[in-house]
Amino acid sequence: MAQPFRSLIARDVRLAIRVGGGALVGTLFFLAVIGTVPFGIGPDLNLLSRIGPAIMWIAALLATLIGLERLFQSDKDDGALDLLRLTDAPVSVFVIAKVIAHWLGASLPLVIATPLLSLLLALEPRAILALTATLAVGTPALSFLGAVGAALAVTLRRGALLMAVIILPFSIPVLIFGVAATRAAIVEPDPFWPPFALLVATSLIYAVVGTLGAAATIKINDG
Amino acid sequence: MVWTETVVELGGLALARGGRALAADLDLKAQGGDAVVLVGPNGSGKTSLLRVLAGLAEPASGDLRVAVAGADADTPRSALVHLAGHQDGLKAALTVRQNLIFWQSYYGDEDGLPVEDALARLGVGHVMDLPAAVLSQGQKRRVALARLLVAPRPVWLLDEPTAALDVASTERFISLVEDHRRKGGIVIAATHMPLGLADLITLDLASFPPDGADGLSAPMDEESYWLAEAKS
Repeated sequence: MAQPFRSLIARDVRLAIRVGGGALVGTLFFLAVIGTVPFGIGPDLNLLSRIGPAIMWIAALLATLIGLERLFQSDKDDGALDLLRLTDAPVSVFVIAKVIAHWLGASLPLVIATPLLSLLLALEPRAILALTATLAVGTPALSFLGAVGAALAVTLRRGALLMAVIILPFSIPVLIFGVAATRAAIVEPDPFWPPFALLVATSLIYAVVGTLGAAATIKINDG
Repeated sequence: MVWTETVVELGGLALARGGRALAADLDLKAQGGDAVVLVGPNGSGKTSLLRVLAGLAEPASGDLRVAVAGADADTPRSALVHLAGHQDGLKAALTVRQNLIFWQSYYGDEDGLPVEDALARLGVGHVMDLPAAVLSQGQKRRVALARLLVAPRPVWLLDEPTAALDVASTERFISLVEDHRRKGGIVIAATHMPLGLADLITLDLASFPPDGADGLSAPMDEESYWLAEAKS
């Protein structure tokens, strides 16, 4: 089971980082939002560093959603989705592999770019560290959650908007805990660890629920 | 790779798609070396039967067994079959070689033919390092069929396998199918064109009409379908 798992992740990451793959689009969107916000807000550095973490989180959330619609759609379009199911492993195994590949290709670049882009939003070193850590543990939750929407979008042409509407309410807890933990690093008396632990818990819950939900949706949709 | 005791058995199988019955009481017993050709008019359930056999969909009712000696009893049938459908499952951005190497490692590569040999057997060895996007329809189909060779599996489910193939490629492919049968495999193909295979079992889906049992409606023409929808 490990060998197919690894080769699927390798193939999807390779496809994602090619020109025209999903990874670059999401990362560029992230860069564009973070790059333009300081010009829109104006030269108030205090304001910028106060709302900076929230802007980074919202940008990361939307950047993740951009590429997710194609998670299963591209395999459905060329017939590979059926062929991927022809193994002795349950559907949820290939769902996990595809989500991990998506995270490596689309979300990891955002996490890596975060420390650099945080400078544009006048964040302090402590806040940068907290923000990077929360994005690193929080974005997997978005990927797993998005997998359910992507599985629903397989049978619906132009399902991207519908997917965003379905996914966004469930992504609110991730956003709240992520921003709360980051703010704690800026505003002294707020504790960092409780919201951070809740963020990790949310990721773990979504990893299970999202995988099972996406696998069930694919089986029903594609049966 | 040689298989023994390969079996595909259908017992009173009923097919449905989208809540609509397609065929009922399908019976079939195929053993290693058999070739089954599914015939029937469009919409009679040929592709649905192949998807059910592949484990991608469940039958409406009835029994179904796909087995081979050496496989555990709980091995799902999806791990014993190859499906070559209308779509080729190739990633346009990857080269032909990368595409096939992926399927070889994804399906488990213990006894598979090397990718180079498999492509040569289908006469497309020369396109190995081209991206799949630039291939012609017939070349794509041949690369997709090479997948059946790089990861050996006992049962081949083919849906119009020779569509888009020229005469020479069709002959090449038929000889590969005969090869597969000699090794104890089973081939089940849905087709409108005569394949030129020897000793065929023909399963005509049109002769197994659904009887409207199991709460499923019998096939109806479009007009009466919408009338029934409007009433409910």
